[in-house]
This record gives sequence, structure tokens and C-alpha cells, in this order.
Amino acid sequence: MPETRATDGISLDVRRGEIFGLLGPNGAGKSTLVRQLTGLLRPDTGSVTLLGHDLVGHPERASRLLAYLGQESTALDELTVALAAETTGRLRGLGARQARAARDAVLEELGLTEIAGRPLKKLSGGQRRLACFAAALVGERPVLVLDEPTTGMDPVARRAVWSAVDRRRERHGATVLLVTHNVIEAETVLDRVAVVDQGKVIACDTPAGLKAKVSGEVRLELVWRTGAPREVPEVAALAPLAVASGRRWVLRLPPDEARAAVAAVTGGPAFAALDDFTLATPSLEDVYLALGGRMKGLVKA
Amino acid sequence: MSAGAVAVAELAPRARFFPALAAVYRAQLSRARVARIPLLFVATFQSVGIMILMRGVVDGGSEARAVVAGSSVLVVAFVALNLLAQYFGQLRASGGLDHYATLPVPPASVVLGAAAAYASFTLPGTLVTAVFGCLLFGLPMGGLWILAAVVPLAGAALAGLGAALGLLAPRQELATLAGQLGMSAALLLGVLPPERMPGVIVWARDLLPSTYGVEAFARTFAPHPDWATVAFDLGVCGAVGVLSLAVATWAYRRAAVG
Repeated sequence: MPETRATDGISLDVRRGEIFGLLGPNGAGKSTLVRQLTGLLRPDTGSVTLLGHDLVGHPERASRLLAYLGQESTALDELTVALAAETTGRLRGLGARQARAARDAVLEELGLTEIAGRPLKKLSGGQRRLACFAAALVGERPVLVLDEPTTGMDPVARRAVWSAVDRRRERHGATVLLVTHNVIEAETVLDRVAVVDQGKVIACDTPAGLKAKVSGEVRLELVWRTGAPREVPEVAALAPLAVASGRRWVLRLPPDEARAAVAAVTGGPAFAALDDFTLATPSLEDVYLALGGRMKGLVKA
Repeated sequence: MSAGAVAVAELAPRARFFPALAAVYRAQLSRARVARIPLLFVATFQSVGIMILMRGVVDGGSEARAVVAGSSVLVVAFVALNLLAQYFGQLRASGGLDHYATLPVPPASVVLGAAAAYASFTLPGTLVTAVFGCLLFGLPMGGLWILAAVVPLAGAALAGLGAALGLLAPRQELATLAGQLGMSAALLLGVLPPERMPGVIVWARDLLPSTYGVEAFARTFAPHPDWATVAFDLGVCGAVGVLSLAVATWAYRRAAVG
């Protein structure tokens, strides 16, 4: 069997107090990286240093430095929200009274007090995720490692998550490592982001810095009513440049060419076949694709 | 990968053994109350049903004692061995162990807390089965207090075995299968009176940890119980319990960081 490398030659430096993101599609190697940082997986080679501690030599120290929110909630599913938070606090070393106080404070902070008595598995996906996030916050840690924390959440719950994270940064300079495949979230909450693809970091910068790399291009999206009218010469000329998925074409073009393309499809005979079009400045998804990212699976929500 | 190499941060304290065990026990007991009560009914009815069946075959005496004791301990085997093997198998397969593995909690607290919760959850079913059996076969009920020792000790041995099977099984289905087989063994070897078994089966029966719990319990129905032998049987049960819980803790460590 050939050797499989989940992550290969990755070198990252996360600064204290920043929200650092790992962005990439599912299967890119983000979770492997996180498992190495949380002491769940020992890397074959290389080093992991967290707040001055060598985690390859002492993986058990990870749990005393960071709080981890994984993607699975099966360990907590049958507990009530309150008991899940309190038990996690106790297992993070808090005394009984401290754990109860921390539980009440966190549930209040996240707006979970009303559903504190309900078992997690009876909640919606977003509420359950928020309850697991609450458990991760009980028993403060200087580092938070959050693996897609807002999956399934409504905007109110998302805001509660990011406000809670911000409060911890302000209060004691907490560092956050966020794993996400959500492009919009990455652009709005992250200080810096590493773009991961097939086990390698293909770029690492601020979201604005990354977008500047592809600022010479704009994105043109065309949606056809049924299919593209390839008999129109202007459309036929655009076809090799387009990434087509069903009725949708996505093109990345220099601004003047994009303007010309818009004029061509909205002016001539192609307009009858056009359902919708958008012209936009590049997003992190465009950065990912422009840098050679080959996998699909980034989401915009 | 590194995060801030300037100053070495202070490590938060570990969770201590007994408080962590108590927290896991409480959480597991609350889980069991919500999710496992129907299964406890199944376990109890199963044992009651077996005793009713055996009533037609067995006519009192030592055989009746063995049937009542075996059926009562079977409730423990059903919950502590079978259900705990399934629980740990499922937790491992779904990645739920990561939750515990990223908390500074001693592995033994997690395993012992869960095992103790499952074992104590069986107490009411065991008691109902034993009382029903005594009425059915006309046995004295004065010695039922021994269940207070039999359930935790047999529970420890069987729960440790169940947890180890669940954590060591390479796939979730195998964990379930192992739990079921373990329970079937406890049923066949524990409930059927040993007097009628062939030699090899009696030998297998001696290897099953629950057997010593069954024997200890059965002896207390005698008019003048031999307390030394009862204590010896319970001692074997306890020793196997310590051993199987140690294996389960080792299995947990192995499964949690892989």
C-alpha cells in the first residue's frame, strides 16, 4: 500500500490572542492538523509547540492548555444542556461549586438558560452545536480550538458564538484556532487564515492580504435559462474560460474583459438565453481556486 | 506548528480521580435513566420469563436456588456487559471518545464512572427478579441483602469486561456482537443448574466472572449458609472486577489516543 500523508510539511505560527483559521474543503487535512494540536494524534515527524509546551513529547498537556470543540457530540447527546456543561467543567478540573457557577454564566451568556433542562439530542442541530460550544467554554482555557463551531446555526446563535469568543480575547487574550470550510465566515471573523489543500498549506495571510493576490480579477457568474447558447460566437469564445456546473458558469477575468463579456451576453442574441448574472470582487473561494485548490466543497453561507 | 513561543504558559490543574469519577458517574446515571429504562424492563422481563420456564423443569432444592440466583445476575450481565460494550463501541466509532480524551481527566475515572453507573442501574431489576424468583420457587428472602454485595462486585467484573470488549473491538458491530455473546454465555452458563452440565461446560462456567456472583448468591438461600465460601466467591468476583476494570482502562487509553 502506498504511504498516505494526511498532512505534509506544514509549518504554521499562530500568535497569541489572534483568531487563526484553517480554511479548506472537507478532506483537505484540517482535522488531522487539529488532532495533532489537541494531542489526539501524534505526528510521525515534526514538532507542535503550544504556549511554550512541547506537545509531541507531552500530548497530555494539550488538555490543560486548550479547550476543544470537535465535530461529534455523541459523548454529550443524552445529557441535558446544563449537565453537559457542568460535567465538562468538572472534568476540566473545576470544583463542584465553581463548575455550577461557570455553567450558569456560560448558559446565560449564550442564551441557553431556557433550554438548560433539555437533552442535547432533542435539540435542533444548531442548538445542539451551541450547547457543545457552551461545554467547551466551561473551565476557561487560554486557547480555543473550534472545529466548524457554527455548523447548522441560525444567525442569532452564530452571533452569540462570535461575541463569546471576542469577550474571551478582550478579557484574557484568548487565542482561537478555527477550522472552517465556510468562506464568508472566514472573511468576517478571522485575523489570519491558512488555506489548506490536500494536506498542504497553499497560502497564509490576512483575508484582505489573500484577496489582494487575486485583486486583478473579478468574478462573473452567468446562469442560463436552459443551456448556454454556444451558437452565439461571443458565448462560444467565453466557454473555454468558464467553470460550468449545470446551468451556472463561473468566470474569472480581468475587469475590462469582464465588462466586455457582460456587454456581449446582455446586449446580443445571448440575452434571451440568460437567466441571471452577477459581477463580484473576489472572495476567499476565488483565492483558493486561483492558488490551485483542486477540491470542491467550500461553502458560502 | 506553534502558538506563541515567548513565555511558557501555566498548565491548568488536572481533574482529580474521585471528583472526576463522581462527575462521570452522575452524568452516566442520568443518561441511563433517560435512555435505558425500557431496556431495564426488557432485562427484568427476560429473567422473569426464564424463571417461569424453568419452573416447569426444576422442582426446588439447589437447582431452584441456582436458577433464581442465575436469573438475577443475568440482569446485571445484560446491562453491565452487553449495553456497556455497545455504548463504548458506539462512542469509539463515532469519535465521541475525543471529548473525554481532550479533557484532563484520568482514564480510570471515565471507565470506572461509566461502569459503576451501569452496574448500579441494574440494582432495581436484580431485586425485582430475585423477589419474584423467591416467591415462585418458595425460597427464603432473608438473605437478599447479599445482593448489595453481589451487584457491585459482579457488576464491576461484567462492566469491566463489557467496557474492554467495546473499546477493543475494531468495529462497532463487533463490539455489539461481543456484548451479545457475553450475555448469552452468562445466560446459558449462569441460569442452567450446573449439576446437569457436561464437564467442559462446567469448566467454561468457572471462567465466567459472573458465575462467582451467582454461586455466592445461591449459597445464601441455604438454611445455614456457608459464609466463608460466600465470602470467597465474592472475593473472586471482586478480584476479577479489579482485573477487568484495569484491562478496560488500558483499552480506553489505547482507544482514546490513536
